[in-house]
Amino acid sequence: MQQRQDFPTSNPHDAAAAEGLASARRLFYAALLRLDRSAALDVLSQALAAGHGLPAITEGCIAPTLETIGSEWEMGHLALSQVFMTSRIAEDTIDRLFPPGDASASIQPRIALALLEDYHALGKRLVALNLKAAGYSILDYGHVQAQELVEKILADGVEVLLISTLMLRSALQVRRVCDGLIQAGRHIPVIVGGAPFRFDPDLWREVGATATGASASDAIRLVQAFLEQRRDA
Amino acid sequence: MPETMTSMQRVLTALRFQEADRVPYFLLLTMHGAREMGLPIRDYFARPDLIAEAQLRMRARYGHDCLLAFSYASAEIEAFGGEVLFFEDGPPNSGLPFIQTPEQIARLAPPRIEDAPCLVRVLETIALLKTRSRGEVPVIAVVMSPFSLPVMQMGFEGYLRLLYDRPDLFARLMAVNEAFCVAWANAQLKAGATFVVYYDPVSSATITTLEQYRAFGLPIAKRTIARIDGPVATHFASGRCLPILDDLAQTGTAAVGVSIHEDMAALKTACAGRMSLVGNLNGIDMRRWSAAQAETAVKQALAQAGPGGGFILSDNHGEIPWQVPERVLDDIAAAVRCWGRYPLAWIQGGP
Repeated sequence: MQQRQDFPTSNPHDAAAAEGLASARRLFYAALLRLDRSAALDVLSQALAAGHGLPAITEGCIAPTLETIGSEWEMGHLALSQVFMTSRIAEDTIDRLFPPGDASASIQPRIALALLEDYHALGKRLVALNLKAAGYSILDYGHVQAQELVEKILADGVEVLLISTLMLRSALQVRRVCDGLIQAGRHIPVIVGGAPFRFDPDLWREVGATATGASASDAIRLVQAFLEQRRDA
Repeated sequence: MPETMTSMQRVLTALRFQEADRVPYFLLLTMHGAREMGLPIRDYFARPDLIAEAQLRMRARYGHDCLLAFSYASAEIEAFGGEVLFFEDGPPNSGLPFIQTPEQIARLAPPRIEDAPCLVRVLETIALLKTRSRGEVPVIAVVMSPFSLPVMQMGFEGYLRLLYDRPDLFARLMAVNEAFCVAWANAQLKAGATFVVYYDPVSSATITTLEQYRAFGLPIAKRTIARIDGPVATHFASGRCLPILDDLAQTGTAAVGVSIHEDMAALKTACAGRMSLVGNLNGIDMRRWSAAQAETAVKQALAQAGPGGGFILSDNHGEIPWQVPERVLDDIAAAVRCWGRYPLAWIQGGP
């Protein structure tokens, strides 16, 4: 069983900076779970005022906090309604502090997100909220069919694909997407998530995906890992 | 040893927290009936006579202890005028939510059962099953809870926003849904259903907090179940329920559908003498089970929840996926018949 995730340390430049971000993480987490938008904004504003830039705040505070919340949901300690509301507040906070197009944003990889053959979009929405709060821009393809998704990926030069599903039959359609990409010679990470993958831990391999996340916030960790792999290659 | 009870006797004995001749089991099969009758899923669900025939044939093959009149959850959305998407290899699903703005809720009215052909077909199916089973087999009806139906009516995100941001319209939507749910449940009981399964995944601890359950899901369930003229089982569609069981017991529900994500023995202890358990075979994982894996899963569930009655073996979600092959269902049935006979003396040796 997955262990409860403590707040991990990020990449501090020095001990004081690390302690400052660790403190911000604790306060941000508490503010989110209280659904206290004002306190959440205050925490990040103070981190910004203390000299932490957007990359440090997203990587050292927002992303690990959302990952902790996702892990706690996966373990049954939090409810999905809390995950949704905390993600929503985190997104609003980011939007207020760092408007779209902010010069401090890092160079963005092309990440796409899709809901495969289903209108139940909450899972996809949570992934989008988490990635956005962690500082990533995404191409949101909405509700798409498998072939349509392959065509969009090829046309847009997508580098990482995330697919959300609710029904088993939709999850099995991921195979068509992966096969279509391979046939087109496009080898990109395909990260899948949703209820079928939580109830069958081998399903992601069966459909040809690269990885699966147990909760929406796992997308942050998985995307980071793929981007680091690519950078190191 | 031959079985000595009818399915009805066996199930009622279990629900009284007593040991029957064996542990009852429900194979909650919907789409498999289409395969049994050689029809596309959409055509199959349009024919109450064929649904009834398929349910009886599948029960003859697998020997389980119920007949399921349920067709697809989105039939309730169809009754409200919403869109339903049919697939060749999966359950019909609700399409684009028909409530696109919260303001539409002010004008929403519960549909009349008799005006909704998809619901009338279910009533016809129930009547046929009741007649043809001569009252010896429970006929199961299904309703979506007023608190959970909005996920299909307006989408999950829109519904959560409503829950947090618009208490006035949330109350209005619940009033409409409660009226519809009670009418729909009672129509199915009047047609001959033995009991009603109240599907309420949004009340599960997976989706809402204990505080939200006490504020919303619980009082809605209490009000609604009190007005349903027959026994009710509550199902969380694989959501967790252990944290809310003490509250759930106040709703008057006789049984609870439980998840593979919770410890069955802990659930059994928490429910003892108050509610029976229904579950918890993993329907998604089941697709690939060998005979040995099916036997192991069945034995594990029996060992954890079988002793003392109060347990009906079933799947985890409340509907077995289309992708589960018939040979797995045969294996599950064989395992229950081999290992499910009371007094389950083999359990002392471990599953």
